[in-house]
Amino acid sequence: MFDISPQLFALQLMTGIALGAVYALLAIGLSLIFGMLTVVNFAHGAFFMVGAFLGVYSLGLTGSFWFSLLLVPLATGAIGLLCERFLVRPLYGRGIDYPLLLTFGLSYVLVDAMRFSFGIEGLPTSTPPDLRGSVFLGFGHFPLYRLFLIAATAVIVLGLWLFIEKTRYGLIIRAGSRDPEIVRVLGIDISKVWWLVFGIGTAIAGLSGLLAAPTRAVNPEMGIPILAESFVVTVVGGMGSLPGAVVAGLLVGVVFAMTSLIAPEYAELSIFVLMAVVLLIRPQGFFGKAGLMS
Amino acid sequence: MKNSIIALLLLARRQRVATVLLFLLVFPLLMPYDALSVNILIFGLYAVGFNLLFGYTGMLSFGHAAFLGVGGYLAGIAVVHGGWPWWAAIVSGVVASCLAGVVIGYLAIRTRGIYFSMVTLALAQIVYYAFYKADSWTGGENGLRGVRVERIELPGISIDFLNPLHKYYVIFAFVALALWVVSRILNSPFGAVIEAIRENEKRAVACGYDVARAKLLVFVLSAAICGLAGALRALHLSIVPIDSLHYLQSGQAVMMCLLGGMGTFFGPFVGAVVLLYLEDVVTNLTRYWMGTVGLVFMVFVLFFPKGIWGTLADRIERWLGRQGRSA
Repeated sequence: MFDISPQLFALQLMTGIALGAVYALLAIGLSLIFGMLTVVNFAHGAFFMVGAFLGVYSLGLTGSFWFSLLLVPLATGAIGLLCERFLVRPLYGRGIDYPLLLTFGLSYVLVDAMRFSFGIEGLPTSTPPDLRGSVFLGFGHFPLYRLFLIAATAVIVLGLWLFIEKTRYGLIIRAGSRDPEIVRVLGIDISKVWWLVFGIGTAIAGLSGLLAAPTRAVNPEMGIPILAESFVVTVVGGMGSLPGAVVAGLLVGVVFAMTSLIAPEYAELSIFVLMAVVLLIRPQGFFGKAGLMS
Repeated sequence: MKNSIIALLLLARRQRVATVLLFLLVFPLLMPYDALSVNILIFGLYAVGFNLLFGYTGMLSFGHAAFLGVGGYLAGIAVVHGGWPWWAAIVSGVVASCLAGVVIGYLAIRTRGIYFSMVTLALAQIVYYAFYKADSWTGGENGLRGVRVERIELPGISIDFLNPLHKYYVIFAFVALALWVVSRILNSPFGAVIEAIRENEKRAVACGYDVARAKLLVFVLSAAICGLAGALRALHLSIVPIDSLHYLQSGQAVMMCLLGGMGTFFGPFVGAVVLLYLEDVVTNLTRYWMGTVGLVFMVFVLFFPKGIWGTLADRIERWLGRQGRSA
């Protein structure tokens, strides 16, 4: 059962990291929105799915993957901005459950909107021409696209980190997630900040959908299981923590990949069991503040 | 005339179990076909179980499909693999969902608020994948088939369980029992404790109540009722679909509860009627059932968070209050 060569092990580890990169991106978006707005976006999986559809569609339309890479986050971010302004904003101050319930309904609407626009079958995907083939990594050949996926995630995470830690806007976001009242007193329109953060979060969700599209089937239901999986990542990493999202995302990806190597029938199960174990030992997650959850 | 209406409304409020049962007794007459009434009855019960946790205790679980599914699967396995009689199947379904409720509840009540929703959802997915993979027992992707119960033999009578109307009244008996239990729970001191937890958990702790224990207990009770609904559904459909464990099924309980009116006694049934009747009508008109229900649900969250029955009951209460003053 365990006669796995080191090469295969290393390759599977890389596959897990590539999968984890997508999880990390999703969890970052969730955490960002939660950290600011205390809203759990149940439509996050749906935004991921919309991003994948728009990505495949714009790739077919324009032929340029790099152009889609720019277009899709803008489009899903714009949808997110509209949703926040007209659907989520009226619910602030009405209890923590209502935005959650609303985004759950929104996810149904987005699923059917994609069925309506692109059919119930989903779209065929292909790896962008520039990123086909594989690279030799010293221990084996690894698909170039997955390597790109890891690199792109690293760039996005770095960019986001610089934005939040080093810019004036990031300063407002950090202050707003700690005490929105004081930020408002200082003369900053916090609702506009929330609006933009929701837009950024959904844009990242769309972007992760676009990036993940060539590695999985694109259909209207693809966002449904991934929502549950990104919840696992946020619980393991700690809600509202960006480093937590990245570390837990990669860990969950690796755990999934390694279990599929050793005992494939338990792959889906393994990550949920991981979450149960983390809940027992450290309910607030790796990087969550103690007491935040209880 | 007016006085008798007031008297009737006051009586209905006092005898809430009897009122709901009276409605359910004549309900099949209002529906286009009997199989739909059976479906609504079962899902109404599912929503009642969920409402105990969400509506009365304020804990928004997104994992209640686990209990509907475990109840259904264990009842189904008892019939298909064990050859057990129908009543033993129902008991084993309820007991199994209680056990699942203890395990999931123990882990989930360590978290609160939004985390509780996320954690229950993720824990329920464990159950989903476990049953999905155990296909020699559960039929995996195809669901568990052949849960065949044709007749219900009771001392003195034998009921044809294939006739939907007869089936309705057999299931009605179980629903009546469950509603009576729920009403007793809500009227008991324990019922006051769970509502206190919903209103202000810190204060309930300060008053000396063991909040964690109360939460776990109400979680398990709610799981048991949802498990009963699942077991009855298995006997009704003679198949347990794998989708009954999926978190979208949990979402259905949330939707029924909110549409009907959370924290009201009659609301879950109103929600079940609206959602399932709407589904029946809309799927004949368009393929886009999911989008329609999503839109309806969003409208309710935004504009009628108390749901249909909750809004109506408020009006009635206010009217009764005015009558009381003028009388």
